[in-house]
Amino acid sequence: MGSPPEVPLDELYREVVLDHYRHPRGREPLARVDVTAQGFNPLCGDQVEVALQVGEELIQQAQVLSRGCAICTASASMMAEALPGQTLAQAEQGAEAFRQVMHGKPFPQELPLGDLEALEGVKHFPVRVKCALLPWMTLKEAIAALRRGERRAKATTE
Amino acid sequence: MTSTTSVPVLRPQRVAERFPILQRTVRGRRLVYLDNAATTQKPREVLEALQRFYSHTNANVHRGAYTLSEEATAAFEQCRERVAQWVHAPDPRGVVILRNTTEAINLVAQSWSRRLAPGDEILTTEMEHHSNLVPWLMAAKERGLVLRHVPITEEGELDLAAFRRLLSRRTRVVAVTGMSNVLGTIVPVPELVEEAHKVGAIVVVDGAQLVPHQAVHFGQLGCDFLAFSAHKMYGPTGVGFLVGKPELLEAMEPVLGGGEMIREVFLDRATWNDIPHKFEAGTPNIADAAAFPAALGFLEELTFEAIQAHEQDLTAYAWERLAGLGGLTLHGPKNPSRRGALISFVDEHIHPHDLATVLDTHGVAVRAGHHCAQPLMRRLGVVASVRASFAVYNSREDVDALVFAILAARRFFGLA
Ligand SMILES: Cc1ncc(COP(=O)(O)O)c(C=O)c1O
Repeated sequence: MGSPPEVPLDELYREVVLDHYRHPRGREPLARVDVTAQGFNPLCGDQVEVALQVGEELIQQAQVLSRGCAICTASASMMAEALPGQTLAQAEQGAEAFRQVMHGKPFPQELPLGDLEALEGVKHFPVRVKCALLPWMTLKEAIAALRRGERRAKATTE
Repeated sequence: MTSTTSVPVLRPQRVAERFPILQRTVRGRRLVYLDNAATTQKPREVLEALQRFYSHTNANVHRGAYTLSEEATAAFEQCRERVAQWVHAPDPRGVVILRNTTEAINLVAQSWSRRLAPGDEILTTEMEHHSNLVPWLMAAKERGLVLRHVPITEEGELDLAAFRRLLSRRTRVVAVTGMSNVLGTIVPVPELVEEAHKVGAIVVVDGAQLVPHQAVHFGQLGCDFLAFSAHKMYGPTGVGFLVGKPELLEAMEPVLGGGEMIREVFLDRATWNDIPHKFEAGTPNIADAAAFPAALGFLEELTFEAIQAHEQDLTAYAWERLAGLGGLTLHGPKNPSRRGALISFVDEHIHPHDLATVLDTHGVAVRAGHHCAQPLMRRLGVVASVRASFAVYNSREDVDALVFAILAARRFFGLA
């Protein structure tokens, strides 16, 4: 068996990723919280909290708090930036598309995913994929809860 | 003996030459393998023993009346005898050959708990690996037992005063690690055993980290059961041992039923085989067990005297280098004579996962995460840490490579 291709470190931690890591966006509290979800990766202890302000199926504002590694923090920050203005269905579609990107599918240029493309390199580091996906899995749970008429949800990667 | 020249000296570079995997590169760099507490690499003689078993001896054990089966049985039983000698077990019948430490602890937890009554107490500690916590949690749930936990001190040692307070006539089992896989703390097992036996509790020792690093004498430890894994001591994966006092094993019910573990079977009942076979249902991991004595031979040749001197020196050196970096919190006792050959640490700014990823690009393999000890991590107030754990083939050069890579990570993340 051959070794996996040797992908350089800056393919994983691109400049944009490091920038989001050092200066995460979307941390400001919302005027109104319609649903929150907490995500947890028991393997590394990474935590994400997503809060959404939603009106007419449209995400008006998002707050995403994260406590974790650079990849998780950057992914959370990019998500927070990309979400406002998307419908719930678009957000779900984005989450699913990003999951598939992490499993090797090409990046969907047509979706409004903001800086997220910079995280594409994570797919070459299988143990880090869950770090990138945690915010998006948490988002999915938040939206699912909202659809059930609930205000709180939990997600774990395991 | 006053002369230091009588102490055998271990030359890690020479030892490393005996491990084929250590000759490979990772991402174009020399492999610096520092995850030995998870599993060690295997020397050539172990690989050859495996190959030899499958090419010359392979057959099922305790069954066929033909040469091959007799040879396979002898090789398997030879493992049991060697292990019994290795830990000075009173009797090879007290050595049950299983898959790993986890299975060994589960066996005791399942079987011994059937002898207990609701309200009986199991005393374990805050620094246990999940494999010495969860089996007891399961048993407690099933049997209505009460679990108590001995806390650790700020230094990362077991709080012995608290142990004495928590120990009572209701305590039926004390389950404790011989050495913490996160803190490196070496637990004073004989002291605990003395107190536990006074109240009539049995003592189960998780020896997964202890047995690979020092000479262990079952009788001197004094415990009733000792569990450990071959794969953490240069042997193959898939073989582990439960060493127990034969009279206790005899009193225990088996947990798995099937072939091998029975004496007579009728359609409506069965009688059990003698110990240790009654705990070894089904075809065991014959080949890996047969190869394990080669690992013990390797350790014997190096001698624990030299191994301990080497590993203590290396751990002290690593502690000094890591502490000298600043910005790292090192967990566990400082005194190298009170700790085993591993150091867990957290960087002030870099998440353990990020650090491990960068280290890997330098060929340095370390563990990042909760190390299967979530309650301990909570107690330490961290969610994850990086752990560097050492073995006979690691050198100061490996520690230097680790330190170099940490500095590179800091530069990479713009923190240096
Ligand atoms: C202290 C301790 N106990 C138990 C285990 C479990 O060993 P195994 O996975 O071989 O059952 C380990 C290793 O992972 C350990 O470090």
